[in-house]
Order: sequence, then structure tokens, then C-alpha cells
Amino acid sequence: MEYFKLFIRAAFVDNMIFAFFFGMCSYLAVSKTVKTAVGLGMAVIFVLTVTVPVNWLLDTYVLQEGALAWLGPEYADYDLSFLSFIMFIAVIASIVQLVEMIVEKFSPALYGALGIFLPLIAVNCAILGGALFMQQKQFGNIGEATTYGLGSGFGWFIAVVLIAAIREKIRYSHIPAPLKGVGMAFLITGLMGLAFLGFLGFNI
Amino acid sequence: MAEVEVKEKEPLFSKKNKRLITDPLNDNNPVTIQVLGICSALAVTVQLDNAIVMSLAVTAVLVIGNIVVSLLRSLVPPRIRIIVQLVIVASLVILVDIVLKAFVYDVSKQLSVFVGLIITNCIIMGRLEAFAMGNKPWASALDGVGNGLGYGFVLIVVAVFKELFGSGSLTVPGFDKFQIFAEGSGYLHNGLMLLPPSSLVLVAVYIWIQKTRNKKLIEEH
Repeated sequence: MEYFKLFIRAAFVDNMIFAFFFGMCSYLAVSKTVKTAVGLGMAVIFVLTVTVPVNWLLDTYVLQEGALAWLGPEYADYDLSFLSFIMFIAVIASIVQLVEMIVEKFSPALYGALGIFLPLIAVNCAILGGALFMQQKQFGNIGEATTYGLGSGFGWFIAVVLIAAIREKIRYSHIPAPLKGVGMAFLITGLMGLAFLGFLGFNI
Repeated sequence: MAEVEVKEKEPLFSKKNKRLITDPLNDNNPVTIQVLGICSALAVTVQLDNAIVMSLAVTAVLVIGNIVVSLLRSLVPPRIRIIVQLVIVASLVILVDIVLKAFVYDVSKQLSVFVGLIITNCIIMGRLEAFAMGNKPWASALDGVGNGLGYGFVLIVVAVFKELFGSGSLTVPGFDKFQIFAEGSGYLHNGLMLLPPSSLVLVAVYIWIQKTRNKKLIEEH
């Protein structure tokens, strides 16, 4: 039940896109068609579910103050938390590389569809943001960290698929020329963000 | 700047180099036209001082990163360039984070994870990849300054509107908060402006105005 609450909270209340604007760049770039949006959304879910727990382990057993105590008492005073940015991004970059190879091997069609965007997951703020929020929230165990990663990935997925569906339809509508493209995407995201604010009152 | 060099070859601020700074401020703005670095641009604009500090931080990382990558551009094998760029940017961001914590601790607390997220700010990677990998250090530095300022300009415009209408004040780093519309002065603070979605709408309006003034920027669909 705890895990379920955490999942819902990460996916809806603290939705990565609508509450924190994480990963907006790739969100705007792939949301022109539902198909690519689903592909990248799945990739983000997968990468977040893998990287958040790995980074949690790294944070708990290497980086935090006193985390190195398991090496011996003389290491107990070390505080490596200033290294966390560079360590997190290194872990993320290598896992993304791995995902890229797996997708290329098992689903060439998806690989073709995602093209340039897969390597860009490494610099997707959503992934690093997930890791940094995980560090800030100080989860007690690896299960919570994994649930958080899965939940936030799911929230990102929903957001990107919804906006892609709306953008596919809006192509046939009459909108002011200067707003075409990015401008309209911003406006729609703003309105959807307002709708998602409704989840704020949720007490779960 | 070294003015002696000006006479020898291409002047430091030739027309081409000036455009590197002025273009990103207007027709090639990193946020509204190139659509890069949106995450932090929208999230740190609740208070003006956060926006100013954030734009300075991004500009610093962008300029130094551009120079370093540009210097290393012929030494780095293309296959591992992304990792190299990430490492350079991450080290710079760690430095910026430590500096912010030392000098503007309150703002650094409010920015929380967004300082770390400068690493994945698409402006940085985008400019490193698109410009610094193929240009000389001086041009890259100017490109960094230009794009940093272009980013900062949008941030500051959005932050002024959000803070002024949301909480009736303007905060500038180093000064006290300017309370322009106090509670009960006749202007009721619009809490909606402080919420995340309003920055999206403000940027959309900014894009609308910008593209209305320059029709060339309008997209096809």
C-alpha cells in the first residue's frame, strides 16, 4: 500500500512534466506523433526504473556522508556528496548506452523511429531530475526508490502521449499562425498542467 | 579585452562575431525559437532573484564549457564526445553549485535540484554539439555569452511577470524585496501566476508576440 501511494504520488501529484517541467525539450520534440511519443515514453519509463535504484545504491553506499563506513571504520568520515552530479550522470549515460544497444538489437523499427532521441535520453532532464529528487527525498530502501522511478516514468509517459494525441488533432484546426508549432504546444501543456493541479488536493 | 590583437587579423568584435551575441537574444533565441533548456527556464521563475542567479549560472557554464570543448575539439574522438562533454559540463556544474552555496545560500536552496539539472540543460549540450565542436574558442565563447543572455532574457521576462502579478513584489539579489503591490493596496495577488502552468502560458505568449513581429519564424504546422 505504501508503494502504491508512492507510485500514484510520483505519477500524478508530482508529475515530472506538469509540476517540474522535467524533460520538456524531448517532450516538445517527440510529441508530434503518438507513435514516437509512445516509444520515447517507454524508453523513459525503462531508463528511470533502472537508473533511480542504481543511483540510490550509489548514493547510499558510496556518496553520502558516512556511506563508506562498510569499508572499515577509518572511512566513516568521508563525505563524497559533492561528486553526486558527476557520478549520477555517468551512471545514466552508461545505462542509456546499454538501452540503446538493446533496442537496436531487438526492435530495429523502434530504433529507427526514435533515431536521434534515444541518445538524447542521457541529457533528458527527467532522468537526472529523478535521480536528484531521489537523493533529496532520502528513501529508506531500494524498493521505494524503484517505485519512485517507475512512477515518475509513468507520469512522463502519460504526459507525452496525451500531448502527442492533442497535437496530432490540432494540426487540422485553425490556430493563429504565430502560435503554430511550439507556441501552441506550450499553451496546451499549460492548460493540461492546470488540470493536473487538481491532483494536488488528493490525500492518499 | 586585448585590444592589441584587433589590428592584426580579424577584429575581435567583427560583424560576424557581434551577430553571435545578438542573434540568440532575438531571432534565434535558445528558449523560444530553438526550444532548448525549457525545464529550468520554466521552473525557477517564481522569484526574480532565482531567475537572475540561474541565468548567470547557466551563462557561466555555457561560456566556459564552450571554450573548453572548442579547445579540445580536435583531440576528442567523435565516438566518445558526448561522454567527454558530459564530464566537462558536470565538473563545471559542481563548481557552480559550490560557488552558489558559498555566496547565495538562500537562492541555492530555493533552486534545489535545478542547479544540478544545468548538466542536462539542453542549451548547454545543444550549443556544445552544434557550435563549439566546429568553431574556434573565441567565437564559441561569444556564442556562449549570446545564448546565455538569450536564455536569461526570457527567464527574467517570465519571472518579472510571475512575481509581480503573483506576489506583488520583485526581488533582486543583494537588495531587499521590493514590495510593489502590498496586501490590501487594491491589487489582489493572483496566486495562479505562482503555479507552474502559468510560466508555460507566459512563454507561449512571448513566442506569439515574437513570431507576430517576425513572420519568418512562423512554423508550418
